[in-house]
Amino acid sequence: MSVTPSAEFLIPKLKSDVIISMLGRGVRPNGRKVDEVRPITVIKNYIPNADSSVLVKLGNTQVLTGIKLEVGSPFPDTPSEGNLMVNAEFVPTASPVFEPGPPDENAIELSRVVDRGIREARAVDLSKLVIIPGKKVWNIWVDIYVLDHDGNLTDASSIGALAALMLTKLPEVEVRDTGEIVVDRNNRKEQPLLNRSVVTVTIGKIGNYVLVDPDLEEESLLDSKFSVAVTDDGLIAGLQKSGMGYLAEDELPLLVNMALNKGKEILSIVKALLKDS
Amino acid sequence: MESSVYVQNRELVTPGQLLGRGKLTITTPITVYSLDGKYYSAVVGLADVEGDKIGVIPLEGFYYPKVGDVVIGIVVSTGTNSWEVDIRAPHTAILYASDLLGRPLNPGREMLSDHLDVGDVILAKVENVGRGRATTLTVKGKGFGKINKGSLVEIDSAKVPRVIGKKGSMLQLLLNECKCEVVVAQNGRILVDNCPNNDFKEIAIMSIKKIEKEAHIPGLTDRIKEFIIKEKVRRGLFSG
Amino acid sequence: MGKGKVKLVEGGLRHDGRRLDELRPITISVGVLKNANGSALVEYGRTKVLAAVYGPREPQMKHILLPNRAVIRCRYHMASFSTYERKSPTLSRREIELSKVIREALEPVIISELYPRTSIDVFIEVINADGGTRTASVTAASLALAEAGIPMKGLVAGVAVGKIDGYLALDIDEVEDMYGEADMPVAIAPSLRQITLLQLNGVLTPGEFTQALELARKGVEVIHEMQKEALKKKYLDVKVEE
Repeated sequence: MSVTPSAEFLIPKLKSDVIISMLGRGVRPNGRKVDEVRPITVIKNYIPNADSSVLVKLGNTQVLTGIKLEVGSPFPDTPSEGNLMVNAEFVPTASPVFEPGPPDENAIELSRVVDRGIREARAVDLSKLVIIPGKKVWNIWVDIYVLDHDGNLTDASSIGALAALMLTKLPEVEVRDTGEIVVDRNNRKEQPLLNRSVVTVTIGKIGNYVLVDPDLEEESLLDSKFSVAVTDDGLIAGLQKSGMGYLAEDELPLLVNMALNKGKEILSIVKALLKDS
Repeated sequence: MESSVYVQNRELVTPGQLLGRGKLTITTPITVYSLDGKYYSAVVGLADVEGDKIGVIPLEGFYYPKVGDVVIGIVVSTGTNSWEVDIRAPHTAILYASDLLGRPLNPGREMLSDHLDVGDVILAKVENVGRGRATTLTVKGKGFGKINKGSLVEIDSAKVPRVIGKKGSMLQLLLNECKCEVVVAQNGRILVDNCPNNDFKEIAIMSIKKIEKEAHIPGLTDRIKEFIIKEKVRRGLFSG
Repeated sequence: MGKGKVKLVEGGLRHDGRRLDELRPITISVGVLKNANGSALVEYGRTKVLAAVYGPREPQMKHILLPNRAVIRCRYHMASFSTYERKSPTLSRREIELSKVIREALEPVIISELYPRTSIDVFIEVINADGGTRTASVTAASLALAEAGIPMKGLVAGVAVGKIDGYLALDIDEVEDMYGEADMPVAIAPSLRQITLLQLNGVLTPGEFTQALELARKGVEVIHEMQKEALKKKYLDVKVEE
């Protein structure tokens, strides 16, 4: 059952008044412009045991994404496709309000929003994951671990999933006459797995003010959030309104445009970061 | 800005319906809200329009205690020095032992249940409605306290004003025609007692239920009067 | 997922004969349960959803209560017989997400500050699923809240717009959702012109998005009129007993 949450972080009224009055003048207490995304850093191949991995920092938010590739069976209704699974864990290291246990509704929502963006944009061509048609396919597990929570976990996770997929190359496999499959993780295909880039952009609303990439302090004041999955060719590959407030009908095209512009920006930053070193 | 009202008096309205704009006075702050100089209904109800005063009388809803309300409560549990009483509100109410007894409870010699037990019915007044605190009741005053006899009728508390009627007219009609004692509590519980006989008692109860059901249909008082007369004739109660 | 294998639009008409901007037959009844404080049964074609509201009340779990407002508890659940293949009655990840999304579609209209330290419980059972269950759920839940007498800023109604065979289509059903290119559920509080639920599963161009939103708005307006009628009907149908 979904229950109205208590305020995760109590922001004193004097502080919230300051933030709101600053927003009225187009600035944020953290010095960012309303449409400014926090600095992004990516550390590649952070987890030796994963097939690919990245540690993404979006400001002070840290998200670790690991991809594991496993040989498995296709679903009966999609015999000629592999599978992609996105899971998110809000580990208790990340925040005083995260409790150990199975993913809560926030973690489930986040993973499903990230999953839908990747799936609908066809970021990974699932038909290229077939090893033996109808019998053996690759299963891609994208596991997102939130390590430190300073707001906008959705976009940090989406960047993490994208970057990790960009780095993923399928191992070479040998299918023996016996039907046995031998995976050689030391030799991988040249062609990267990623087919099309997609990333979410989250915009927060406080009253009539909008701000891109809200941090934790701002998040606790938000009326609502709006996440837009944006592809590198400027399409919308997913939307999710969340939070307890509204989105006004007439402001939506503006929000979507803002997200499309920011998405393009984030995608080129991530691509540049992965090219370096 | 010119004030205007867009609904007729006693018009059936729904949540979000625009009632008027400009400078109007809200008479029912829970069921009407204003936004940017416009007034909207927050509930399903009947518009109550009088000049530039606007309100909505809800057709559904809960009982929300106000200080001074007379309520009929049912004891649901006993604590160490107070009873928990169901008054059909979102929260249960508290009646302290000292209020009922006029002295502190003597735990060595008596138990709370000696005075009021689970299931007992009380007539009480709302003493305090606390934010962050429980609603407290008092039974001080004549006629308040445990109710030992009579018939209890429950109706939607939103319909209580219709049972009382304008300036008490409906209640007066019931008292005059049925010759019973009728205590209408604000929380939608009504006690009918001391009727001349069972026929009168039944007519009183049936009338109350009819008021609840047809509360939103105009001409209610006349209809109830007619109903009582018909019932009396049918039961042969007009002999003298 | 076998997309594009099924022809969804032919000669401007859909597989069930509807025009692109046509809703399925919709029926709405209010006050269908005796025990709940408010209830509604809503059907969009073969999709059938029951919503019940209990409260404001004091729940068993007191620790969830808030000092300044009522908490809203919401559960969206699909009955095990509601789908083509039997669904396990335990809550799936999808149902957990939708319970949250539906709660957040209702939160902005409920005037929850009036009832501190209470909980308002919204229980939704999908009885039969044929696409659009979450939007039908919002439509039903908002009526159940109104029937419970809980003050709201306005009613909320929902409908999904899809993209099928390249066309935008109103109120898509399960076949259109499964084989179409996009599904965009929307819920709007029409009297406030505010959107309370918006999701997109699929790909749209910015231009298509704007058109899809407009199509949803028109559909919601029709459903909103039906909601108001259904609420009033409950009272207008009471006949004076002679």
